[in-house]
This record gives sequence, structure tokens and C-alpha cells, in this order.
Amino acid sequence: MKRQGANGVTVNCEDGRLEVAFPAVEAEASRAIASLHAGLSNLGLPGQKTADIKIVLAEAINNVVEHAYAERAPGMVRVSVLDSKDYLEVQITDTGHPLPGLKMPDGIPASVETDTSNLPEGGFGWFLIRTLADEVRYDRRNGQNLLFLRFERTKKADRPQ
Amino acid sequence: MALSSKTTGETQIITVDAARIDAAMAIQFKEDMRTQTADGAGRIILDLSAVEFIDSSGLGAIVASMKQLGNGRRLELAGLQPVVAKVFRLTRMDTVFKLHPNLDDALASELE
Repeated sequence: MKRQGANGVTVNCEDGRLEVAFPAVEAEASRAIASLHAGLSNLGLPGQKTADIKIVLAEAINNVVEHAYAERAPGMVRVSVLDSKDYLEVQITDTGHPLPGLKMPDGIPASVETDTSNLPEGGFGWFLIRTLADEVRYDRRNGQNLLFLRFERTKKADRPQ
Repeated sequence: MALSSKTTGETQIITVDAARIDAAMAIQFKEDMRTQTADGAGRIILDLSAVEFIDSSGLGAIVASMKQLGNGRRLELAGLQPVVAKVFRLTRMDTVFKLHPNLDDALASELE
């Protein structure tokens, strides 16, 4: 099924595959993430795993919108989710600025053990991505950022040895 | 951002009438919370039971909403759905806010 949404978000759902493409602005990203979340809910994953993937997708896409196209015209963001028997693989591409130093931030969150007035209001994105994804890779190729995310369908500990 | 508010005794209840609090609405959420809490109760319960998803920007907006209350006023949260609760737990913000399973429990805990 392929449809061009009235909102500019293109959703393409085939067997085990979800794809969206949208301009890198907050409102479009919000709609695209909601579309992906709805699609994920139909893949038959365990609830906890679906929750993890939803959180990571939102953070990774928000990072692109917030940073990759900072101070330049927003380009397109393309997201594909491929579900197979053992794992789910996500690829996010954009043509914006590369990540600083061509590497992903460590994602060490600010401490919450502080006065209310000093509590962090952000800086959790990469921490959540690195905590919840089973594998994260970044590459810069031909002027494009590529972020690969991989989620095991079942926890390693749950598998028969 | 859809927020509705009512006050019972010393407690103001603010209900989020939206399924998501995300980056696209975080600034508006914070501003609407500022308006809703401009004058009033020392104890505010934010009812999140309709909220199915929150991202880190939405979380930041809730933190900001508490910070802008000023000294002596409390923001407590009620009715966190599983994904929302997970975001609070992973970022350890569950240690910062008093969390209640639902609004009834939040209101009952006032009497303790």
C-alpha cells in the first residue's frame, strides 16, 4: 500500500516494511513519527520492544530536524523500517550537516540529583537511543547522513542457548 | 495544546487532552502550562492519562513547567501510560516527580 498523505508525509507499507519521507520541519516530523508508530503497532512485536522502538525513532528523527538542517533550508528525511524474523532494522537518511566530528554523541545524560532550578530540560535524545537500540551505526556518504538502528526481536537472554 | 483545568480545595488538576506531547508542541505546552498555573494552588496534579507517547522534548517541557512554578509549589503527575512511564524511568525523572497511578490515587494521597 502506498499513499501520499495530504500532509506531505508519504507512507509506504509493504510486507514487513514501513517507509516515510517528509520535509525536516517539526510539524511534518511529528506526523511522520505518529504514522511510523501506528505502523509499528501492527508488526506483532512484544509491547516492551514496540515501546523501545517508538522512543528511539522519535528521538533519532527529532535530532535530524533539530540539528542536521540547522540554519539551512530543511531537506527531506527518509526513514525505512524493515522487519524480519529475528530483528528490526531502521535506516534514517538526510542531506543535512554531518554529525560533529563525524561521530555520534556519547549520550551521557545530565544528573537529575540537583536543585529543581538546575534540572536538565534536554540532552536525553542520544542517551535514549543508545540505551534502547541493540545496535547503532552512523555513516556519512555522498553528502548524506545515514543512521542505522537495529533491534533484536527477542532479548538475547530469552533465546535458547 | 489542549489543557483543561479545575481546582478542588488546595489542588489544581490540569488534564492533558492530547495523545502525544512531542517536540512539535513542547514550547506551546510549556507556555500553556505557564498560563494555566499563573495564579493558584500550591499543589498541581498533571493528569497524563490520555497521553500515549512523550519524547524527550515533551519531557523537558514538563520539567520546565515545574521549574517555572517557583518555590513552594509542587507539580505531581498522574496516570502515566507505559511508554510515558518508561521515558520518565530511563531519564530518572521518576525520582524528581511524585507519580500517581491515576487521578483518584493522586487526590486520595492528599488526605494522608
